[in-house]
Amino acid sequence: MWNQIIALFSDYTFQIVALGTGFLGLLSGVVGTFVTLKKESLLGDALSHSALPGIGIGFLLIQSKELIVLLLGAAVSGLLATGLIHLMSKKTTVKFDSALSLVLSSFFGLGLVIMTYIQGSPNAQQAGLDNFIFGQASAMLIRDVRLIAIVGIIILLLVGLFWKEFKLFTFDSDFGKTMGYSERFVEMLLSTMVVLTIILGLESVGVILVSALLIGPAVAARQWSDRLNIVVILAGIVGFVSGISGTLISSIGNRIPTGPSIVVVLSVFVLSSLFFSPKRGIIAKRSSYRKQKRTIEQKLQALKEGQIK
Amino acid sequence: MSIITEITLIAVVVSIACALPGVFLVLRGTTMVSDAITHTVLLGIVIAFFITRDLNSPLLLIGATLTGVFTVWAIEALQRTKLLGDDAAIGVVFPLFFSIAIILITRFTGDIHLDQDTVLMGELAFAPFRRLTVFGIDIGARAFVTMLVILLINTGFVALFYKELKVTTFDAAFAAALGFSPALIYYGLMTLVSLTAVGAYDSVGSILVVGFMVGPGLTAYLLTHELKKMIGLAVVFAVINSVIGVRLAFAMDSSIAGMIAVVTGVTCLIAFIFSPKKGLIKSTITRKREQKIFDDKIKNIG
Repeated sequence: MWNQIIALFSDYTFQIVALGTGFLGLLSGVVGTFVTLKKESLLGDALSHSALPGIGIGFLLIQSKELIVLLLGAAVSGLLATGLIHLMSKKTTVKFDSALSLVLSSFFGLGLVIMTYIQGSPNAQQAGLDNFIFGQASAMLIRDVRLIAIVGIIILLLVGLFWKEFKLFTFDSDFGKTMGYSERFVEMLLSTMVVLTIILGLESVGVILVSALLIGPAVAARQWSDRLNIVVILAGIVGFVSGISGTLISSIGNRIPTGPSIVVVLSVFVLSSLFFSPKRGIIAKRSSYRKQKRTIEQKLQALKEGQIK
Repeated sequence: MSIITEITLIAVVVSIACALPGVFLVLRGTTMVSDAITHTVLLGIVIAFFITRDLNSPLLLIGATLTGVFTVWAIEALQRTKLLGDDAAIGVVFPLFFSIAIILITRFTGDIHLDQDTVLMGELAFAPFRRLTVFGIDIGARAFVTMLVILLINTGFVALFYKELKVTTFDAAFAAALGFSPALIYYGLMTLVSLTAVGAYDSVGSILVVGFMVGPGLTAYLLTHELKKMIGLAVVFAVINSVIGVRLAFAMDSSIAGMIAVVTGVTCLIAFIFSPKKGLIKSTITRKREQKIFDDKIKNIG
């Protein structure tokens, strides 16, 4: 077992894939913290599903699987979907989650229509296009990892640069507006970062599960600290570790897909944080509740005895 | 009966069965919970399959439906801890269940007749070929019969508990004061959502089901203020969407369920923009007019 793991770590393909998924986890942990704290985390779910038609149209336009073009198409259709969801929920009485589910399924439907249309065409290049639905981490190449690294570093720099604005609008957007910051600019910046992160994850984790990477690390990290900078860093670490260990498990095991394996590892982090966090955790809360109950009972008892005397 | 008529019939039945509970999901703002359910019933289907070894077993339907109800419970339990946002609770639960299901399917995919593509995407085009025979007599396509039964159950539930559904949807506190249990009705509704999702998975796949549920309901919601009219309109749109969707899919030789989802999105978008009651144009005009009246008033004060 150990020899196998050590051998794996010196394996070139594994190094690349693990580096890619690890960095992806880190990135989505950082970006996801802001969306999750803003209670817009399901937007990522809608976004990733909506990327599918963009991938298909990108392929139809150039008739080859040039990754940059496909991802560009995904970005455009993802942003379009976000715009539509915001338009529906802000300008009329339509609820945010209704708009979300409608746009999600219509865009995904359109994606399927385009994919089936492409499958019917004679172009041999199309094989493997449906990998985007479930993700195919083992297909990652060094240039994909490089792409993730470059875009990732830009996003991290942006987070550092606009830290104050992000913090302000995450917790108190009205205050932010009165301070004279542009809410629209910060929202656009955040949406763009979310879209980019999701799109980087499409190839390896797939359309359906990539949104879990945005939510999980943030929820886990939130249980251990009340300070935003610590939560963001912790979320990054949780994402990174989940990415690498998920890849590890899927490489050791027989026929375990990478995306789902990462999500399961991540869920272990989330659930154990929810239960065992010393301050907010379910167990800690329950025991402190019991302790309180006992002191009150003792006090009541003492009071009663005092009265009898 | 020609293939296209039979497929249209199946699509119509599936659409109406989905649209009925969908109306209440839209009004309650719990459509994303139903999205979670449609993903997690997959785990139920897989586990029940491992036990029964038969994709046509009614046990599969029951087991998978129970998983859906369990999902609702798990999401609510997480939300009650207040440790994470309501939406994050949904986003934590369903990817986990779904991932376990996908891992199980991929690991044992060689042994069983259940692959992820069919379960997720469904294929209405094959639905007429899977027949249901009782005592050797062919009584119709399996999807058609199953969904017809589910449609009857859904209709019965809405008709029987119409009053309860209405009062718990619009004013849960008032309902509780009257002695109705909002939780019981909510779980009843979610059980139907799970059952419908399970029944529909092999024809439309688990991702598009949510569109079949939300789309007609949301379109109807944009057009009327009355619950009864909303239900009626939702059924009408369910029929229109699926008939047009099937025709278009045949013309373009593409995924049928996908095409119906696209048509559903388009009709809803049209209602969203042009609805005389709640549409985008109407609400923009109203806002502009009110702004002008307000401006005039301010000027008069000055």
